[in-house]
Parts: sequence; structure tokens; C-alpha cells
Amino acid sequence: MSDLRELYQEVILDHNKSPCNFRKLEAANRMADGYNPLCGDHVTVYLHMEGDVIQDISFQGAGCAISKASASVMTSALKGKSKAEAQALFDKFQRMVTGEVRPPHPTLSPRGGGRGQGEGAVDPLELDDFAVFAGVRAFPVRVKCASLAWHTLRAALAEGEKTVSTE
Amino acid sequence: MINTSHMLDTAPQNYGSELDKLPAPSPQPSPPAAGGEGYLEALRVVAQPSPPAAGGEGYLEALRVVAQPSPPAAGGEGYLEALRVVAQPSPPAAGGEGRVRGAFDVQTVRRDFPILEQKVHGKPLIYLDNAATSQKPQVVVDALCRFYTEECANIHRGVHYLSERATSQYEDARAKVQHFLNARESREIVFTRGATEGINLVAQSYGRRHVQAGDEIIISAMEHHSNIVPWQMLCEETGAVLRVVPINDEGELLVEEFEKLLGPRTKLVSVVHVSNALGTINPVRQIVEMTHRWNVPVLIDGAQGVPHLKVDVRQLDCDFYVFSGHKLYGPTGVGVLYGKADLLEAMPPYQGGGDMIRSVTFEKTTYNTLPHKFEAGTPHIAGVIGLGAAIDYVSRIGLERIGAYEQELLAYATESLSSISGLRIIGTAKEKAGVLSFVLDDIHPHDIGQVLDDQGIAIRAGHHCAMPLMQRFGVPGTARASLAFFNTEQEIDLLVSAIAKVKEVFD
Repeated sequence: MSDLRELYQEVILDHNKSPCNFRKLEAANRMADGYNPLCGDHVTVYLHMEGDVIQDISFQGAGCAISKASASVMTSALKGKSKAEAQALFDKFQRMVTGEVRPPHPTLSPRGGGRGQGEGAVDPLELDDFAVFAGVRAFPVRVKCASLAWHTLRAALAEGEKTVSTE
Repeated sequence: MINTSHMLDTAPQNYGSELDKLPAPSPQPSPPAAGGEGYLEALRVVAQPSPPAAGGEGYLEALRVVAQPSPPAAGGEGYLEALRVVAQPSPPAAGGEGRVRGAFDVQTVRRDFPILEQKVHGKPLIYLDNAATSQKPQVVVDALCRFYTEECANIHRGVHYLSERATSQYEDARAKVQHFLNARESREIVFTRGATEGINLVAQSYGRRHVQAGDEIIISAMEHHSNIVPWQMLCEETGAVLRVVPINDEGELLVEEFEKLLGPRTKLVSVVHVSNALGTINPVRQIVEMTHRWNVPVLIDGAQGVPHLKVDVRQLDCDFYVFSGHKLYGPTGVGVLYGKADLLEAMPPYQGGGDMIRSVTFEKTTYNTLPHKFEAGTPHIAGVIGLGAAIDYVSRIGLERIGAYEQELLAYATESLSSISGLRIIGTAKEKAGVLSFVLDDIHPHDIGQVLDDQGIAIRAGHHCAMPLMQRFGVPGTARASLAFFNTEQEIDLLVSAIAKVKEVFD
């Protein structure tokens, strides 16, 4: 059960049960829908942008524990972040769930920067928040579950209103 | 749900008479293999300790009788040959009663499916995803292997030995399908890539010729995407309208609503025989009868029908019937379109290419006769032969017997699963075949499937290519356990305890 336990870590199960920012954002000035045609999951990501900064973010939709928890953690982490920071986090997250990079060790948290791959001098990439999703690596089919909210976010950031698909 | 009157011929089945229904043995030269693996397989099965099941002598007993006297005829047809011996008036062996009626022995049947012996994540594999694709018995695998190792050649027009042999095998398989469906003529059997291609063929070939703007095509609310999208494409192209027969909360088609939809604008009705997502068995005979009053043809999507029910297209009087080989224990990539000869004759070809022509000049091409008109290009020859082997296999056991066993198992599984708190079965039609779609508390089906997989249990999670149906039931998807005749009550028990673990993880 070890792979499975790693997939369904307590943090993920908690976020699944009581997701953060699971609501419609009335003040949203950008949004996007994301679909996973393989399983029929869908998510809507709402953004309230001020200039280049994500002032507020929320999501709605139906999905599995992995996709719901991922959206929950993502929305919690991105409040106040710039578009570029969000993009950098997306890249890191994607590399982690596909197994390209190992999750950071909790004690070597890159808070405050200095980990090399960050955006400039300041590296606010608290990837350790997302390290709980590293277990997805062992389940290639579930990578799309974990990434759905992120792809949708990217679409919202890029185009405003848009529908994306994991396929 | 356990009312089988709709689907089962309850008359006692005689093993011999089942065999009599098999097409005559092919007159072609026997394969040179010593003994043929089929025979060896039969012996292997027999050599294993007989199962303790009381009254389950049926299938095994038959094999045992075979194994004793039959000489390993040089290059004999093996398994088939062996069974033919049984089919002849066999001496009334002790326990003979068990051979002619009653259930087969599931443990014996399981040995025909070597894939079931493996472990997944350290646990014995429990395969409950048969509605997606069923597992293949060794005889089917052997048929594929034999074709490629000993018989491979292209069919039709070949003057050499191998080509003649391949052609004869390919056409033999067509005859097997004909008998299997009780079609009037073998030219009414068109080989396709699967049920999906069969529907597309009819939509494109029949539909484009007969359907115009304002016409209506009727499907049901429980269709697989493959019986929705081809019609939507046709409607888009022609300006026709798609009408959908609603279903009730049990997942049963509302026949009276269907009747109301029929009218002068109706040009075609296409409904599923057995729902892949719910298991509902539709009253297709009645649907055909109602539709024919308007002189409108009916297509039945039988992808989930043929594995569970004895299908007789003449009795149903349907105009088209499609199914896939791989859900009937045959290979993937091969399927069947049955069509009434006069309809097929009047339809233009679906695809152009080799084999579907009679003569070609740059000025004009004349098309080949049925069924070749609809089989452009080199077909999946091995797949067709493999499908023939699968049909032989299920026919030997008997569809009625398979259906009866699966009904018992379904009843057992329904009761077992219903006892789990928080579990709700989606699809509770009175007439049902071996599908158990369910939701569990607010746990997403994917998560259910993942935890079950960890325990070696293969089910399917999601929308089952029936998204409108999921919307009808207000769920994003379901977890679906779909049964085959090699599944056991013990496996259902293990499924139940595995579901308890799912609850544990997400509690």
C-alpha cells in the first residue's frame, strides 16, 4: 500500500474533504474552464487580477481527490503572486508530478530564494507545499488529474476566458 | 433484475445439441502441427485436479470424456476435433445428467483464460472490466498465433496454397458469425473494425442516402458516444434532427415516450441492446416492431449484447446489428455489422479501395457484391479468424448457460454491494446484464478505482463514454464492475471487502 499511501497523503485527503477557495469568485475578471475528457472531470478557475498580480483566485468543479486537492493547494499558494511566479510554479509542479525533478526536502525549503531555478533573485516558489503531490509520479494516469487546475490557470492567465483540455 | 425470462431460453440445454449448432468443420487441410495446441490445451485442462463443485460436471466432464478415447489425430483439429467426438452420441456416462444441463464449472472455465492466473500489486488479479474489453481464452490466442505462424497470407484472389487457406478460414469465420446471429445469409455479415465502425458505416452509407433536412433520427438517453456522435455528424451534414428517448430513474427506456417520438419524419432508429454503463437490457424486439410500423429501419448496438445474450437477428427482425469482437472474448480491432441483404444491397459503399470493386477503369468502377462491397482494403484477417475461434468457444459453453450463470452472479453481486452503506447502484432496471455501476458516498470514482487497483481489482471509473447518461443521473461518473462468466462469487466478496478499504482511506 506504500505507493497508494504516498498518492493519498493526509494533506491531500484533507484538501479533498474541505477544499480551500472552492467557490465562485464574484470579482473575477478572468476565468477558464478545464476538462479532462478521459474521466469527465472539469474545473473552473476564477482570477481577480490587478495588473500582473493575482489578487484573488478560486475554483469550482467536480473531480477526484487528486484534482480537487491540487486545485485547493494551488489557489492557496498563488494569492498575491505575479503571473511570472505562477508560471514558474506551474513549470516546477509539472516537472515534479511527471518525475522530472524530485520534490524538495522539507528541511531545505527554498523559501526566500536561492535554489537556482527560480525567477531572478527572489524565489518565492514554495514547492514544498506541493511536495505532497510527488506521489502522483508513480501513477502516470493521475498526472492529468493533478495538473488539470494548473493547465486551467495558465489558460486563464494567458487568454482570459478559455476552455482547456488535458488531452 | 434476476428475471431472466426476457433473455433466456430456459429449456434444458443439451451439450450435444449445442455442438450441433456449430458450423460444419472446415474441409480445408488440417494444420501440420502435431496434435495442435488446442488438443493439448484440452488435455492440460483435464489433467488438472477436477474441481470439487457438486453438479458442476458439465464442461469439465465433457472434456474428460474427450480426453480419454480420442487419438491425437495427426494434425487433428485439436480442441474442435475433440469436442466433435463428444458431440456424437456419447455413452451415458455416470453423472451424464450434469452434462446436459445446469451450470458449467467456473473454475474449469477460468483455466481457459491464462491471464487470470497473474498477480497484480501482489494480489490475485480480479478482472471486473469486461464491458471495456473481455479477456481472451487460450483458444483465441492460439488461433491468432497459428494464423501468423502457419497460415499468414492475404485473402481473396490468391492462387497459392496459403492464400486459399487464409481465404477459406476468413470466410469460415463469416459463416460462424452468420450462425451465431442466425442471419439468413453469410453475405449479410460485414466485418468491420468494431461496433463503432459498423455504426459509422450505416450512418454514412445508409444515412447520407436516406436522411435529409428536417428528418429525424432516434436514439436513447443511454447510448454510448459511438451511437451518438456518428448521428450528430450526419445531422450536422444533412440538417436532420436527433431525437432522444428518455429513461426513468432505474435506467429503463420509456417505451411509451419512444412511441411518441416515432413519426413521419423518423428515418432511422438506433438503440443499444444492453447499456454499457447501466447494464439495462432494452426491449429491442418491441422497439423494432414499433418502428417497423412506420417502415423505418432499426440499428441495434449489440456491443454489450452478444457477450451476455443469445442474439437472433431474424427473431429480433432488426435491420442492422453491430458488435465488437473484443467484448466477445475475441481480438480487438475486429467487429461485425449485420444488415439485411436488401438494405445493404441498396447502400453505396462506405470506403473505396481494394476488394470492394468488381472492375476499375479510370472512367468507371463497378462495385463488388455483398459483403465485399463494404470491406475495402486488407481486413484484419487474423482478427476475424480469432473472432471465429471466440464464437466457437462461447458457443461450446452456450450463451444461454453463460447468461444464466452471469444472472446469478449479478444477483449475488447486487445484493452484496447493496449492503455497503453509502453505496448507490446506478442502473437498477428489471432486465439487466452483468454491469454494476455505482457511486460511493462522495468519493470520486477515480479514487475508488485507484484503491481497488491497489488490491488487484480491475474496474472502470468515469463516464464510460456515456456523458449524457451521467448527466441524466447527476453524477460526474461511476465506478463500474462488469462481469464475465469467468468471474466468481468469491471475487465479488473480495470486491466488497476492497470497497470497505476504499471507505477507510477516504473516511
